Amino acid sequence: MEVTININGTPETHDVEPRLLLVHFIREKAGLRGTHWGCDTSNCGTCVVWLDGKPVKSCTVFAAMADGRSVRTVEGLEQGGKLDPVQEGFMECHGLQCGFCTPGMLMTSRALLDANPDPTETEIREAISGQLCRCTGYENIVRSVRWAAEKEASTEEVTA
Amino acid sequence: MQVPAPFTYERATSVEHAIALLGELGPEARVVAGGHSLIPMMKLRLARPDALVDINGLGAELAQIRVDGDDLVIGSLARHADLLGSAVAGEHFPIFHDAEKVIADPVVRNFGTVGGSLCQADPAEDLAAVFAALDGVATLRGPAGVRQVRVRELHVGPYETVLAPDELMLELRVAIRPGGGSAYEKVERRVGDYPVAAAGAAVWLDGDTVRDVGIGLTAVGAEHFAAPEAEAALRGQPATEESFRAAGQLAAEHCNPSADQRGPVDYKRHLAAELTTRALLRAAARARGQEA
Ligand SMILES: Cc1cc2nc3c(=O)[nH]c(=O)nc-3n(C[C@H](O)[C@H](O)[C@H](O)COP(=O)(O)OP(=O)(O)OC[C@H]3O[C@@H](n4cnc5c(N)ncnc54)[C@H](O)[C@@H]3O)c2cc1C
Repeated sequence: MEVTININGTPETHDVEPRLLLVHFIREKAGLRGTHWGCDTSNCGTCVVWLDGKPVKSCTVFAAMADGRSVRTVEGLEQGGKLDPVQEGFMECHGLQCGFCTPGMLMTSRALLDANPDPTETEIREAISGQLCRCTGYENIVRSVRWAAEKEASTEEVTA
Repeated sequence: MQVPAPFTYERATSVEHAIALLGELGPEARVVAGGHSLIPMMKLRLARPDALVDINGLGAELAQIRVDGDDLVIGSLARHADLLGSAVAGEHFPIFHDAEKVIADPVVRNFGTVGGSLCQADPAEDLAAVFAALDGVATLRGPAGVRQVRVRELHVGPYETVLAPDELMLELRVAIRPGGGSAYEKVERRVGDYPVAAAGAAVWLDGDTVRDVGIGLTAVGAEHFAAPEAEAALRGQPATEESFRAAGQLAAEHCNPSADQRGPVDYKRHLAAELTTRALLRAAARARGQEA
């Protein structure tokens, strides 16, 4: 069947089997390898992308179900050649080591800050609780998200 | 890579269309809502539907959470995150928020649905115990029309419900009655996991007397996710810790847990008693307005 998914603002149309998972559509059909494919059992969360604005585990959604809808992946975080503050935060605070969980962590963190610009440590840990990181013990991820929150707060003050 | 068996995919544009599609495609067709229970089973080939009927486009009809007369109504396609975020659900039945905070994880909750949870009929599903405690009623619709089924009569066994292959769950209804409080208590091994055991309670008080009570249990082999013996013993009794402990004991005696990787039988039975007691205590405190 023909499926069209708007990924990061670009429509991607491909002929696929209905059983193709969204994560494989993104990686193999659209060629966007930033989204990782991990446990395949909706436990690890490295495949998290936004579907119509909400983070979902793309290993547990068929591409067909996203037909006509919009997806945002880690490649869509950067705007006009500038990294998203969340990406900067992960660089500044060593929010990654091996980097395997990072795309999912970034997408969930961005969604968290959009909904809650000043999250507590507990709220950050809750937001990423469906995602596994085997390197950082989560400490540096939490710091990275706080870094991004503070950066966004200070930029807003300047522009206000 | 886990690859499901091939199937054909259809997208429903209305409730009528979904039911017609299910009829045309035959008994091996399945509804897909969030897919967060069905797709994992298809990957493991524990489920091999010939066809999927996607109802995700029916949100306007099926995803509302609202008060209708004296009922709280929750659309079958409401996501876990919608229920957790619903002020009206939390105001009338805090048990929903207690449970939704500990069902799966925040990302899974964005897509998994209330109806999908109940139709999946997993013996460890949390919402089955919640609706059993509240004695909720499901509205089902098939080609012959609409029927109402108590959630306590919805499940006929593990992964089996009374739904016909061409029937759709539309919504869940819970009667709002004065003097009530409700709560949910769950023990899980780690965040996002199904319960080792969990108990839900809804209590209606007349002063210090238990006027009515509902107790739901999950993951411990309680028939229909309920504890009718404990409920019967508690009705008309004083709303004290002593009565709630006795009810917890009865609930534990009448359930039938099995040993698995989440724990041995005696531990689960212990949890059934203790969690029932705690849920009753908190539900009663809420009924008295002593706890949010
Ligand atoms: C990582 C993970 C952790 C989880 N943890 C928990 C947990 O802690 N507690 C818990 O209770 N659950 C847990 N779940 C299960 C989760 O709650 C369910 O996956 C989900 O809510 C089921 O809803 P769905 O919309 O995804 O259903 P689907 O997978 O789409 O459907 C499930 C079944 O219901 C049928 N169905 C769906 N909607 C309807 C309808 N409207 N009418 C008729 N039939 C219908 C489908 O045909 C299918 O047979 C977890 C799931 C995952 C992936």
